[in-house]
Amino acid sequence: MDVIEEGVGRLLTDPDPDNAREFFRKKSRKMVDKVMSLKDAIEKFVHDGEYLAIGGFGAIRTPIAACHEIVRQGRKNMGFAGHTSTHDFEVLSAGEVFNRVDIAYIIGLEARGLSPCARRYMESGKVEITEWTNYSLAARLKAAAMGVPFVPTRNVLGTDTFHYSAGKVVECPFTGKKLMLQPALYPDISVIHVHEADIYGNARIKGITISDLDLARASKRLIITTERLISNEEIRRDPSLTSIPFYLVDAVCEVRYGAYPGNMPYEYFSDEEHLQEWLKAERDPEVFKEFLKRNIYDCKNHAEYIELHGGIEKMNELRAKEFLIHKEANNG
Amino acid sequence: MADYNVMEMMITVAARELEDGATVGVGTGAPCAAAMLAQKTGSPNLVIMFEAGGVSPLLPEMPISVGDSRTFYKAVMASGMCDIMETCCRGFVDYTFLGGAQIDMYGNLNSTRIGPDHQKPKVRFPGSGGANDFASFCWRMMVITPQDKRRFVEKVDFITTPGWLEGGDSRAKSGLPLGAGPYKIITNMGVMDFEPESKRMRVISINPGYSFKDIQDNCGFELLKAPKIVETRPPTDDELRILREEVDPYRYIIGR
Repeated sequence: MDVIEEGVGRLLTDPDPDNAREFFRKKSRKMVDKVMSLKDAIEKFVHDGEYLAIGGFGAIRTPIAACHEIVRQGRKNMGFAGHTSTHDFEVLSAGEVFNRVDIAYIIGLEARGLSPCARRYMESGKVEITEWTNYSLAARLKAAAMGVPFVPTRNVLGTDTFHYSAGKVVECPFTGKKLMLQPALYPDISVIHVHEADIYGNARIKGITISDLDLARASKRLIITTERLISNEEIRRDPSLTSIPFYLVDAVCEVRYGAYPGNMPYEYFSDEEHLQEWLKAERDPEVFKEFLKRNIYDCKNHAEYIELHGGIEKMNELRAKEFLIHKEANNG
Repeated sequence: MADYNVMEMMITVAARELEDGATVGVGTGAPCAAAMLAQKTGSPNLVIMFEAGGVSPLLPEMPISVGDSRTFYKAVMASGMCDIMETCCRGFVDYTFLGGAQIDMYGNLNSTRIGPDHQKPKVRFPGSGGANDFASFCWRMMVITPQDKRRFVEKVDFITTPGWLEGGDSRAKSGLPLGAGPYKIITNMGVMDFEPESKRMRVISINPGYSFKDIQDNCGFELLKAPKIVETRPPTDDELRILREEVDPYRYIIGR
């Protein structure tokens, strides 16, 4: 296959599957208790300079508690997979955690508007960028999960998104058609928030999985934050419900409401008022500095952050909203 | 005839494009409102798909995100991004709605940046998200956008999402799936499609109260005229009632 065209973006991670195999060869397969505090997990497994990926979809089943902890511990100079990232990107930008990003979707919070803080950071010139699309990054994770150096796709061709990517265009040896090659993306460390997990890391995701099944398999290290711990017996009762097996997982952290202020399907809806408070505070950098101090740096953990915003009563409200009980009440 | 605002007009026009039994990949906002209106009017069997994995939900209210709980509420399947995009790539998805900060005469869209320096842009936008993917794969791409000279530009600063690229057969030569591409552009003043040979944008329908000149004056490039230009049919009382009472009762979209 001859390369017809190449993007000018820099490939931020190593796509070589044999290097990944060497890493995975040494990774423990022992089914041991991996439960620890989120603070300890971030200290132990998230390091300056490494490449980070976050599961979920921006403000849906996103490990926001982990994002806060990464900022609180002051991680810097990381690479980041800006794949369907919204509130997670906003939080990590606030801490200037990363200095290079594979971009599919950043800065925006979909219908809610753009994050002024993330935008300032991305327009500052401090962050090296390579362009992709949501499917491209999903396909890159899939290639890594398959253990191959790339997968071919038919998107991105003919656009500036391709020009500023680190992909390549080749001619298909079977059909002669042009194909975009998406290089495998093996993150050094990922965090995925799930509904249930046992102490070994066997984890269940309910609802849409986005790219998390491949992300879990592509990642060299993986921290699972879970709404609740369940027994291994419960996992074994119905193995068809397991999304992520234990041997992919390095740490299990029980973080109730770990996706707050985002939406955790079947648990609680997003706190839209508080997400707007973020966007509002960011308009003035001085105000935002205070806001971050109060909401992240001065909080010991996620439970304290939730207490600041209404505690258990607020969580009950968001649970009612998730199950559309507010809607029935309004209509009734 | 009832009074209506421009958003209600655009959503209604978009909804009428979605025939019963079709599949559509949508985002939040006006496109989702259009798909919901279509389902509640002439197209109850319209299949709505969201890029994060929601397939054919019974949307109880307007989603805030293309991945929030509503996007797979009573859905037939909660899957993931690769499954949805690969379904599009196999040729299963008929329509998609997209938007951007800029659009050119071939329907190419910019949602990445303004200014020439890529590493230090004057204005940075979110980037492709799933837009490039949907536009590459779905058979017919549509855009709902205000008619504005700053949006309809001679040359976009960045082609995030492919339209007909440089027109003619340039899209087919790029390697993108054959036969897919921009279909209709729906604005507050009218509707445009693309001339079959040159693939240049042309006016096919003008909204009541506007003229071709109004559309041209609010467009940064020369528009073509379809052989027959009709007047856009405004929303009916039924369409407006359903849109206001059932689709968007809190006026999240139609109140903009």
